Amino acid sequence: MSKYLLNKFLYTVDRDPELVERYRAEPHELVTWWEADRANAVLNCITDEASTWLRFTDEERAALIDHDHCKLFELGAHPFLTLTLFIAMFERDNAEPLEYQKAYGARMAHFAMPYPDIAT
Amino acid sequence: MASIVAVIASTHHPFYYRASTSTGEDRPPFADEWVRKITAFRETLTRANPDVLVMVGSDHFHQLWLDNMPQFLVGKAPFYDANWYNEEREFGLPKMLLKGQEDLSAHILRAGLDSGFDLAFSNELRIDHSVTCPIITLRPEADLPIVPIYTNIFAPPLPQPSRFVQLGEAIRRIVEEWPSHLRVAIIGTGHLSLELGGPRQFGPHGPDPEFDRRAVEWIASGDLDSCLREVSLDSLHAPGNATHGFMDFMLMMGVAGAGAKADHVDTLDLFHTMEAYFTWYPNGVPA
Repeated sequence: MSKYLLNKFLYTVDRDPELVERYRAEPHELVTWWEADRANAVLNCITDEASTWLRFTDEERAALIDHDHCKLFELGAHPFLTLTLFIAMFERDNAEPLEYQKAYGARMAHFAMPYPDIAT
Repeated sequence: MASIVAVIASTHHPFYYRASTSTGEDRPPFADEWVRKITAFRETLTRANPDVLVMVGSDHFHQLWLDNMPQFLVGKAPFYDANWYNEEREFGLPKMLLKGQEDLSAHILRAGLDSGFDLAFSNELRIDHSVTCPIITLRPEADLPIVPIYTNIFAPPLPQPSRFVQLGEAIRRIVEEWPSHLRVAIIGTGHLSLELGGPRQFGPHGPDPEFDRRAVEWIASGDLDSCLREVSLDSLHAPGNATHGFMDFMLMMGVAGAGAKADHVDTLDLFHTMEAYFTWYPNGVPA
């Protein structure tokens, strides 16, 4: 299980307006490209000094491609990162204020304490 | 020596800026009351007439990341750019530029290291809304030099709550020992009960009003004993999954000192979270 890599995906996509739009519109394309091209980049190192060992599990990759924020929560992705990115992608479809944020919480009603561990 | 003219602790609600500046149909119904409370809170800093602001907050996965995560970090730079693309996108926060007070940064780092706190430092730090929200609420001119201090309340493993209190106590002593004639305000922001990205988020009030009630009482009365007895890294999960930000309030209780009653206490029950504002005057209430 690679909670760190899930978080790295959410973190690096969230901060790039172009990647946010690609992830909203074409999640399969974006996730596949990101894993092949970006997953091993060490963020403050040159390309030649990338890592060699980071990859998603099948379950993690599917959760990202499916925009399944409940599954990401279950897998221990950092909830702040997931929420921030998903608001960026989907709040714009709101018919009323906070509609997306409330629905997001309601979809998670089946989670009881203690929540999945987010330690990386 | 420097004088600490105010100690201030508050929540940092990123929606305040937009709520307070919106007009007409966009203005939320709670905005006027919120602005009134913030205006009164701002006056508590203005009256103290500070020259320098020490700003305690927490980076929200902006510059500090899991490949290189400090627990406590002090900025030491002549300037700090502030606010990030995703904060502009989600909260409408403006880009800002704040001046740094490098002499005080250097003093805090040296004295902190010599006091048993292995503080990380940054010479190029873009700060986020944990620091800019209190600038917007308390000093919107953004004209005073700052020393930002970041804590990790976000990416476990976290330091223990008692460590936050100890760091606050150390910051109080270290600033008081700064060989300077300047007037320093120490301002820190955190959370009461808060849920982000979980089932209890964005409710009609904070996820745990009873925790909030007790927390406000601990802070307002300086009751560090009860607070430390009841709060642990494990217990903070119960009021909401982002409630570890309360440890920055505990740090500020350490700055204010055990038993120190706040001179200004105010709260505002909002959707999603309770706002809370506290000011202490270590040298007495300014005339």
